[in-house]
Amino acid sequence: MQILDRRLNPSGKSLPNRQRFLRRAKSLVQEAVRDASAKRDIRSADEGGEVSIPLHGIREPSFHLGSGGIRDHVLPGNKEYREGDEIPRPPGGGGGGGSEGAPDGGGEDAFRFVLSREEFLSLFLDDLELPDMAKRRLVDGADPAWHRAGYSVSGSPANLSLPRTMRNSLSRRIALKRPKPEEVEALEAEIAALEGKPEHAERVLALRAELERQLLRTRRIPYIDPIDVRYRRFEPVPKPVAQAVMFCLMDVSGSMTEDMKDLAKRFYTLLYIFLQRRYKHVEIVFIRHTHEASEVDEETFFHSRETGGTLVSTALEEMRKVVADRYPPNEWNIYAAQASDGDNAAGDSQKTARLLVDTILPACQYYAYIEVGREGEHGIPGFPRGPTDLWRTYEALVNAGAPLAMKKVRHRREIFPVFRELFAKRGVTEGASA
Amino acid sequence: MNVAMKPGDLLLYDGADWDFDTLMRVHDACEELAGAELGLDWYPNRIEVISAEQMLDAYASTGLPLFYRHWSFGKHFAQQEALYRKGYRGLAYEIVINSDPCVSYVMEENTATMQALVIAHAAFGHNHFFKNNRLFREWTDAKGILDYLEFAKGYVQSCEEQHGELAVERVLDSAHALMNYGVHRHRRRAPDLQSEQKRERERREHDERMFNVLWSTLPEKTSQAATRTEEERRRALLQLPQENILYFLEKSAPRLAPWQREILRIVRNVAQYFYPQRQTKMMNEGCATYVHHRILNRLHQQGRISDGAMLEVLHSHSSVVMQPDFDDQRYSGMNPYALGFAMMEDIERICRTPTEEDRQWFPDFAGCGDPMPVLRHGWAEFRDESFILQFLSPTLMRKLRLFHLVDDSGQPVLRVDAMHDERGYRRLRRALARQYDPAWQDPDIQVVDVDLGGDRKLVLEHRVASGRLLEEQEARQVLRHLASLWSYDVLLREVDPASGASLREHAVSPPR
Repeated sequence: MQILDRRLNPSGKSLPNRQRFLRRAKSLVQEAVRDASAKRDIRSADEGGEVSIPLHGIREPSFHLGSGGIRDHVLPGNKEYREGDEIPRPPGGGGGGGSEGAPDGGGEDAFRFVLSREEFLSLFLDDLELPDMAKRRLVDGADPAWHRAGYSVSGSPANLSLPRTMRNSLSRRIALKRPKPEEVEALEAEIAALEGKPEHAERVLALRAELERQLLRTRRIPYIDPIDVRYRRFEPVPKPVAQAVMFCLMDVSGSMTEDMKDLAKRFYTLLYIFLQRRYKHVEIVFIRHTHEASEVDEETFFHSRETGGTLVSTALEEMRKVVADRYPPNEWNIYAAQASDGDNAAGDSQKTARLLVDTILPACQYYAYIEVGREGEHGIPGFPRGPTDLWRTYEALVNAGAPLAMKKVRHRREIFPVFRELFAKRGVTEGASA
Repeated sequence: MNVAMKPGDLLLYDGADWDFDTLMRVHDACEELAGAELGLDWYPNRIEVISAEQMLDAYASTGLPLFYRHWSFGKHFAQQEALYRKGYRGLAYEIVINSDPCVSYVMEENTATMQALVIAHAAFGHNHFFKNNRLFREWTDAKGILDYLEFAKGYVQSCEEQHGELAVERVLDSAHALMNYGVHRHRRRAPDLQSEQKRERERREHDERMFNVLWSTLPEKTSQAATRTEEERRRALLQLPQENILYFLEKSAPRLAPWQREILRIVRNVAQYFYPQRQTKMMNEGCATYVHHRILNRLHQQGRISDGAMLEVLHSHSSVVMQPDFDDQRYSGMNPYALGFAMMEDIERICRTPTEEDRQWFPDFAGCGDPMPVLRHGWAEFRDESFILQFLSPTLMRKLRLFHLVDDSGQPVLRVDAMHDERGYRRLRRALARQYDPAWQDPDIQVVDVDLGGDRKLVLEHRVASGRLLEEQEARQVLRHLASLWSYDVLLREVDPASGASLREHAVSPPR
């Protein structure tokens, strides 16, 4: 009889099976992940968690008998029945008098399980990447980091690489046949042994000459030569800026409904998750505006109502101030997403465009404009709604080559496709992010 | 061992904590009783301590310690884990493997008393059953199973490397769908899993040796030369009708690659290994429960486990053998532990203190005094179905208040066909026995014909019992899997065995 302790065996034995399962159920899980993420608030949207997928997509079929025909049941716990009694069939066609369990628990129609954070995110952001523009900025960092880069023949003594130096020395000594200390010792020993014996005088003489020659060679070929010496080499590599700030700009004037704000929130959530995947540290700044703008917290941003006109330039001005105050562009990757229903006061367009082009866009990695609209607005036949003021303003900028992404969103199911379109790999981003 | 100690010193352990010495002492004490008092015969034991996560792992791969990789095990793991984490379901205290040596997994968080219970239950009860029951002896190879699983895992992995995960997954999916139809129900020869690996290698070597590129240059035979064999001959050659569908596919599917056949064989061998477990679930659990009950009671009598520990044993034992009534919310079929344990205890009662009725029903052992030879004989020679037919007594039927209900979908009402009275005992017993017979519970589906000379359509037949047809949607899914292995059209005919009339047909073409 043996007792073994298996607890120390490596855990995660079922990981390959789990990966296979997730691959198998990928489309179902992805859908569930997107549904689940829509229900959470921005900052907790990327935690792993329970998702539920329909069971029929991952069923393992087998031959079963269907309903109908004659079934026999032997049941325990008879109370009042006698042979020949007739019992009305229980509603729902259940088998016997009790709750006849479906075979192998096939009664459930949803399958719930827990995804880890990593699994959740990789399914969520399956094939997206930051636009090329952002990558260029990534290597623009201020202070470089030093990375090992091979060996050099010059350097400071602190960087001397002993192994490499000794290796060179050894190969040189072998190549030039420098006598080994053992060989010299052997010669000396032999001479000592033979000395004083006249019959070997001649031999001793020869040995002495040989010893002389070897010693001379040893002196000529140094143990370590300057050409052997190697130093570890370091090269400066620009350190990517590992922190990002995300500006959420939103019009909160009366014309923005709760639905529109909800759409905007979903977009911000996605962007936040996405940035978190790429940067160690992500901060969010919420700026809301009517005819004046202010920085607020998330709760106020999404839920409090304001009245007033609409001046987009105030929000941009506020953002400029915040950037100048707290987020110098050489230390921070700046992302901005603006959501609006497209209204802007007539005289403000010029100012908005100028602010954007001159100060905001140069500081940003990425600037996205999401125009939210009411569901069905575009669906009225015969009354196509013309582009809004803000859309026209921005469109002009994009046509002039400004790095600005813009999209219209009418329904929450469009959010994810739009987001994917903006960040799809290989610059499929339409016209916007040049 | 020292004599004349304080009574407390007899205790095998004290409190809930245990260490490996405790397990060893408990095992030795159980061993003594199992051998001397119960006369059991078991494989050498190996007890492995595992954590909760490892237990979930074992759950996911159908209780086997190592197994090939497949997404469905990942699915089961995720399902079990979610239930466990939320506290909907506890984990089993042990898992025991029918192998030689017999491996019992015990959970690290069990208390010392639970470990004692588990050791008596699994390491002696189940172990004895595995070693002695006829079905296990004839159908499984306890010595070879662990090595075979190792081979299967490695083989599937090498297939994945060679042919890609997806290709292997497709074959495994299809094979799993037909797993219940991958067993031989009638004895052929004793399985020898150790030679499986050798056989696979030899088959490949033979193919390589026989390969000669010259053969491929021969002109093809003209069609006249292909003599059309008559139907009988063809069926005989293909060993039709064949109820082992996976076996048939492995041997006769025209377009499978050798590695695909080997995978079918692996799935089939695993199914065959589990087949006896399905047929003896009730007896196996009954045997193990009876054994732990006897052993732990005796340990308590001898003062080797404390009163407190015994209370814990009784609590756990009684919740295991609880049988809710049919109209109880918790009812989900007959509890195999409850029925099994009740039958074993009943046999003990008949041997020790029989009534007049028992003497009439069981003349050959009623009142014989010692229940162990009777039980050992029962455990060795029967399966659930025949065990119930042989040993279920009227007393027990009355005690459980069993009754037989017939649900005929053609009738508006359910009918009570038999109950626990003089007229009903035998019918009741027969009906219960049938519930434990896989041959009655599984649809009877066989391969009946295939036209290899013609369009190669595979024809299967479901012999419909009691007018119960297959669940249509799922049957079609299984048939699609079958067609993808067969590579040609598949037809499943559901026939009435009495008249031979076809009740319904499902035709499926292989995916293109």
